Amino acid sequence: MATISQPDVHVNAPGAHGTIIEIDDVHKYYDLGETRVHALRGVSLQIERGEFVAIMGASGSGKSTFMNILGCLDKPTSGRYLLEGIEASSLSKKELAAIRNRKIGFVFQGFNLLSRTTALENVELPTLYAHISKEESRKRSEQALQLVGLGDRTMHFPSQLSGGQQQRVAIARGLVNRPSILLADEPTGNLDSRTSVEIMDIFQRLNGDGLTVVLVTHEPDVAQFAKRSIEFRDGKIRRDEPIHDRPIAADVLKNMPTLED
Amino acid sequence: MDVMAIIRIAMRALARNKMRSSLTMLGIIIGVGAVIAMVSVGQGAQQQAQQQIAAMGSNILFVGSGTVTRGGMRMGSGATKTLIYEDMLAILRECPAVQAAAPGSQSSAQVVYGNDNWATQINGTEPQYFDIRTWPFQQGSSFTPNDVDMAANVAVIGETVRKNLFGATDPVGETIRISNLPFKVVGVLAPKGTSAAMGQDQDDVIIVPITTLQKKITGQDWLRWIMVSAISREASYTAQQQITSLLRDRHRIRSGQDDDFMVRNLADVADLADQQARLFTVLLASIASISLIVGGIGIMNIMLVSVTERTREIGIRMAIGATEGDVQQQFLIEAVVLSLVGGAVGIMSGVGASYLITQTLGWPVLVSPTAIVAAVVFSMAVGIFFGFYPARKAARMDPIEALRYE
Ligand SMILES: Nc1ncnc2c1ncn2[C@@H]1O[C@H](COP(=O)(O)OP(=O)(O)OP(=O)(O)O)[C@@H](O)[C@H]1O
Ligand SMILES: [Mg+2]
Repeated sequence: MATISQPDVHVNAPGAHGTIIEIDDVHKYYDLGETRVHALRGVSLQIERGEFVAIMGASGSGKSTFMNILGCLDKPTSGRYLLEGIEASSLSKKELAAIRNRKIGFVFQGFNLLSRTTALENVELPTLYAHISKEESRKRSEQALQLVGLGDRTMHFPSQLSGGQQQRVAIARGLVNRPSILLADEPTGNLDSRTSVEIMDIFQRLNGDGLTVVLVTHEPDVAQFAKRSIEFRDGKIRRDEPIHDRPIAADVLKNMPTLED
Repeated sequence: MDVMAIIRIAMRALARNKMRSSLTMLGIIIGVGAVIAMVSVGQGAQQQAQQQIAAMGSNILFVGSGTVTRGGMRMGSGATKTLIYEDMLAILRECPAVQAAAPGSQSSAQVVYGNDNWATQINGTEPQYFDIRTWPFQQGSSFTPNDVDMAANVAVIGETVRKNLFGATDPVGETIRISNLPFKVVGVLAPKGTSAAMGQDQDDVIIVPITTLQKKITGQDWLRWIMVSAISREASYTAQQQITSLLRDRHRIRSGQDDDFMVRNLADVADLADQQARLFTVLLASIASISLIVGGIGIMNIMLVSVTERTREIGIRMAIGATEGDVQQQFLIEAVVLSLVGGAVGIMSGVGASYLITQTLGWPVLVSPTAIVAAVVFSMAVGIFFGFYPARKAARMDPIEALRYE
């Protein structure tokens, strides 16, 4: 898997282009004894390098299922998934783990941080499995925390952080191994509107640096910051269109009241 | 993921549940401690037995009367009256492998000195008995051949008897009463301790001239035993054969019939005692090992609980790139750290316990390095063995399912 172990330059190379994700007629069933839940019913989709995609849709429409497949956490029941041209179903468990570790950053629905583990150590977690030196790993984790604006909270435990701060730690963890794709499942789920915009500002900046971002959200207000909007309904793509004149989150923030006001 | 990092994670995970971790370790501590203490005690016993037998003289043969089969029933020692003084003389005359011999008769009696009395064993023999058994005197000396000829009322007492009857008084020259007869104490034997072979206190004894015992106390003229020394340890086996065939001949035992006496070779007894001590060691070690296994089951139990509790953590680790191997290693190392730390504490308490036990028993302290190495290896093996299944269970989890786990 030479493509995995190569140092990732995409984050700093906004010029790189090409198809990074190719999904072709993907189905996903869950067999629950007699009944069979049809979570995805034939999804086809291409995502280019450097895109910023927002996935919308009603609850239960298959968004998380889809993200898990994109994130190589789950396998489609049928259909093809090519990640950077490589058929995901052909990869061993070990290779999939390496892809999850280095190529993909995943921000879960619900933060999924390790409790009783500091913010810094949570962010460091993926580097432990990436054969990076201790010093390099510490440096990268601190940088990632700074990037999400938590440089001063490294030694806090998740229980000592607000929801928005926990979400940022989760984002920093997703970024620490410098992936080429960031997958975020409802990253603004339970956050107030200002904090949501702050998170979107981080995503826009990362995307500006060349990171491919796929984000699931319920809220049109959040989705509008992406470059492309896709709507799921009953396990199928109902709408897929580019977003024109998207707002810049940093500008929106300037016109929003701060917490102190 | 490097091993140091995994060990650090394991330590942290264990430190999070200090009470639980220490209780789990307690199982291993007790197991390892028990193995070390028991092996040390066993080996101490073995050495003690060897020392005692060496002190007893391994060229000694014990000829006892009795042990004849009558109607299918085996009678104990002393049940026949066929062993006589002339047999001893014949042994001395006709067995070239024999160096010396002493006749023996035996009784038990209440012994009185002043207001103190003590029930003990009375042995009747001749003075060469003390040489054969290489039994020195701490005070006074043996009675003489003349005392034997005269059936004199003189006695040699063992250390236990001295302690119980005399305390601080010097016994030599004092008069004691045995079965209401007055006896003058002429000597006190040096303490010999508990016999490893017979398991009895050898110092709880009074020795008088055999003639005195036979004529004045028991009224029996046959012998209970003959104590024989061979010219060397090797010769003791030859002596055993010579004595056996001589006595069979003298007692007119036809071939096919059982002996009406028994000849015990102390070289044999030494080997037997050694064998028994070895068996004792193995037995103790196996019992102790069982507690180590129980400790291992405790580890397995806690690791299984821990894996279930940390399902979500496992899911997170897998989702961000931990392989099955990484997860397995993490939990395996956690189990091994538990058992090794427990093993280390167990070694310390085992060594401590061995000192305590052997000191109390007055045995030589023998903390076996083999036992320590074995305990370390064994506790590590226990950690790996009992940690393997829970670790495997953790590694086999599906990341999606694990993340969903509430
Ligand atoms: N492990 C599973 N076993 C059985 N059914 C499942 C499983 N995971 C998801 N489903 C079903 O698949 C369908 C799609 O679920 P999914 O989680 O993808 O929805 P979603 O769009 O993310 O919803 P939400 O917006 O509420 O998060 C649902 O009907 C759900 O019940
Ligand atoms: Mg969802």
